[in-house]
Amino acid sequence: MAAKNIMIVGVGGQGTLLTSRILGGLALLGGYDVKLSEVHGMAQRGGSVVTFVRYGDKVAEPIVEEGQADVLIAFERLEALRYAHFLKPGGALVVNDWRIDPMPVVTGAASYPEGILETLAEHHKVYAVNATEEAKKLGNPRTFNLVVLGLAAQHMDFTREQWYEVIEKTVPPKTIEINKKAFETGYHL
Amino acid sequence: MSERRVIMLGNEAIARGAYEAGVKVSAAYPGTPSTEVSENLVQYKDSLYCEWSPNEKVATEVAIGASIAGVRAMACMKHVGLNVASDPLYTVSYMGVNGGLMLVVADDPGLYSSQNEQDTRMVARAAQVPVLEPSDSAEAKEFTKLAFKISEKYDRPVILRTTTRLAHSQGLVTLEDRVEPEDKPYVKNIQKNVMMPGNAKLRHVEIEKRNKELAEAANTLEINRIEMNGTKIGVITSGIPYQYVKEALPEASVLKLGMVNPLPRKLIEEFASRVEKLYIVEELDPVIEEQVKSWGIQAVGKEIFTVQGEYSANMLRKAVRKEEIQADQPAQIPGRPPILCPGCPHRSVFYVLNKLKLHAAGDIGCYTLGAVAPLSVVDTTICMGASISSLHGMEKAKGKDYIKNWVAVIGDSTFLHTGVNSLMNMMYNQATGTVIIMDNSTTGMTGHQDHAATGKTLQGAPTWAINIPELCRAIGVKNVVEVNALDIETLEKTVKEEVAKDEVSVIITKTPCVLLDKRKKPLYRALPDKCRKCGMCMKPGCPAMTRREDGTIAIDDTMCTGCGLCESLCKFQAIELVKEGDR
Repeated sequence: MAAKNIMIVGVGGQGTLLTSRILGGLALLGGYDVKLSEVHGMAQRGGSVVTFVRYGDKVAEPIVEEGQADVLIAFERLEALRYAHFLKPGGALVVNDWRIDPMPVVTGAASYPEGILETLAEHHKVYAVNATEEAKKLGNPRTFNLVVLGLAAQHMDFTREQWYEVIEKTVPPKTIEINKKAFETGYHL
Repeated sequence: MSERRVIMLGNEAIARGAYEAGVKVSAAYPGTPSTEVSENLVQYKDSLYCEWSPNEKVATEVAIGASIAGVRAMACMKHVGLNVASDPLYTVSYMGVNGGLMLVVADDPGLYSSQNEQDTRMVARAAQVPVLEPSDSAEAKEFTKLAFKISEKYDRPVILRTTTRLAHSQGLVTLEDRVEPEDKPYVKNIQKNVMMPGNAKLRHVEIEKRNKELAEAANTLEINRIEMNGTKIGVITSGIPYQYVKEALPEASVLKLGMVNPLPRKLIEEFASRVEKLYIVEELDPVIEEQVKSWGIQAVGKEIFTVQGEYSANMLRKAVRKEEIQADQPAQIPGRPPILCPGCPHRSVFYVLNKLKLHAAGDIGCYTLGAVAPLSVVDTTICMGASISSLHGMEKAKGKDYIKNWVAVIGDSTFLHTGVNSLMNMMYNQATGTVIIMDNSTTGMTGHQDHAATGKTLQGAPTWAINIPELCRAIGVKNVVEVNALDIETLEKTVKEEVAKDEVSVIITKTPCVLLDKRKKPLYRALPDKCRKCGMCMKPGCPAMTRREDGTIAIDDTMCTGCGLCESLCKFQAIELVKEGDR
C-alpha cells in the first residue's frame, strides 16, 4: 500500500500527542511501516502545532507536505484553515468546530476570520463537529479529541475493534470508558 | 517475537540503545530536542544510573569521570548545550576514554525551540571528535550501540548527532537484550588523563594518528554505504535528509553516510566517479560539501540548497528536478505564536513590570515569551544565565541610575544552570541592580524536569533541595525578597522598592507552574451586564479571555485556571468567582 498521510493540527496543549500515539498504535496493529513526527518544546505553549502520521508498506519521509494529506484532523477552526492546503484533492478535512483566539486576535492586532467552515467547504470535503461541546456533555471536555478521532475514523482504514484495542492500550486506564464513549459519539455522527 | 517490534521516538530509541549497549552512567541538562533521551532512560534505572545535572558542562564531566572509572557513559544536550560543555569536550578529545563515552547532541534546524541554528558537526570537527548521524529511530538505537564500540576501539569520545526531526519522529524499532560489558579496571595513567602541557602535546600527536586510522576505517564502515541505482544523479547525504532524498529522487544513487566526521575520502571519490552529476544534501552548514570540494571533486550543494531551516522532499523536487509542486496557496490568516499558558505565574510578573515601564534583560525559558505583545517586557534573550550578567554590563556602561529602569528575569532552573555565576559577579564587582528569579519549581519549557532546587532526582528519589534565597544570601545579597507571583499588589510594591536601591536585590517570585499545580483550581466568569468594555482585564494577554461581539468580555471555562489576575484588575466587579479552589 502506498503511504497514507494523516495530519493532526491544533493549538499547543490540546492533546495532539495523545492522538498521534493512537494513530501510530493503529498502524502498528495493521502491520504497516509507520512514521510519526511531532512538535515538542516552545510551540507546545499555546502555539500552532502539527503532527504528521504516515503509514504504508514502506515509509521514508516522516513529514507530510503541501498537497499530500489524505486526512487532515483539526482541533480548532483557524488551524484547519491554516493547514488546509496540505490536503490532496479529495482529501477529508475533519474539524472540531471550536474557536481559540490566537494572541494577535486577543490583543486586537488581527481579527478572527468569519465563516471558516464555509470557506473550507468551497474546496474541500469538510466534516465538522463541535467536539468540545459533545465532550462536555459526556462530562469531560478534555476527551474532545476522541470525539474528533471518532469522526475521522469514518475516513480511515481501521475497524472499530482495532480502534478500541488501541484506545484501551493508549489512554490512562481510569479514562478508558469515557474516551471510548467520546470516540463512539464521533463515530456515529 | 512481535512484541519486540515497537514504535519509538528517536530519543526513546537512543535511550533504548544506551540500555542495550550496557551504559552504566548518564548525565544531562534538559534541552529541546534532546530531553526525552534522559526521560526514557529512567525506565532502566535498575540497570543504570541517570541524572539531571545543573548544566551541560557538569553533565559531560560526570560522564567523563564514569568513563575514566571504566564503564560506558554518556551525556545528552541540545546544540547550544554543547557550547557550555565545549570546555571538557575539546580536552577529553585529547584524553580519549576508558569505558566508551558518547555525547548525544541535538541540533535544531528550523529553530523550533532554540536561540540559534548552529551545526554541531562544525564543533565536532574543531574538537576532532567522531560523529555518527542516524536517519530514523531504528538507526538511532543501532548507532548508539555502535558509538560505544567505536569509542572503545579508537579511544575517542563519540558524538551522536541528531536533529529535531529525528529526535521527535517515531518509527519502528526492534528491541534487543542488554549486553553487560565487564567494567574495565581503572589504571592510573597521568600521560593520558592529566592534560598539562607536556602530556597534552603528546596526546595531540596521538589523536591525530587515531583520527587518521578512523578516517581510513570509515571507507569500509557498514553505516557508510552506497545504494547504487541510476548513474545520472548521485547524492551524498546523511541523517534525516536521506529520507527526503529517497522520497524525492528514487532513481538516484545514494552514498548514505552514517559517520559524518571523519569522512570516508576513498569511498566518496569512488562514488563520485560512478555518477554523472553529484549533489550533496545536508541541512545547515556545508560541512560535507566543503571537504568534498576541497578534494577537487565537482559537486552541487549550497548553490541550490539553503543553509537555513529544515529540508523536505518537495524542496528537493523543486531544487533538483525543477518540479512545480501542485498545492493550494496557504490562507492569509492571523498567526498563532506560542504564548504563556492561562494562569501562568510569569504573566502577572510581566504585567507588573510592564505597568512600571521597566525593561527586562531576559533569559532562556518560557518567560522568553514576555518579549511579545501585549506584555512586551523582555528586551534581550541571549543564552542561559545571560540576563544577570548582561544587566551587570549595562550598569557598568551607563551607571547605577540608568539600571533603575531595568531588571533581569531568570527562571529557577536557569539560575542554577549558569545564572548563579553571574550573580556572584555582581556581588564581587560592586554592582547594583534587581534580579527577579521567577521560581516556578521546575524546568518548564522543556516539559517539567526536576532540578537541584526541586527536592527530587531524575530517578524519582527525594533529595536535598537547594534553598535559592539562602544561596543568594550566601553569595552576599542583602536584599532577598520572596513574593507570591500572583499577588500583584505586593509584587508591584516590592519591585518599586528594590529597583530604587543602590544595591543588588533579588526578588524571588515563587508560584508553581500552572501545568504542575495539582491543587483544585478556582473558576471565574465575566458578567456582561457589569462589563464596561474598558479592556483592563485583557492587558496581561490571557488566552482564556475573549471579547464578545458587543465588546464585553467572556472567559473560556475550558481554559481558565483561576489565577484571578483578571478579577484583580477589574474595577467594576464584572468578573466573579463561580467556583472556589485551593490555588
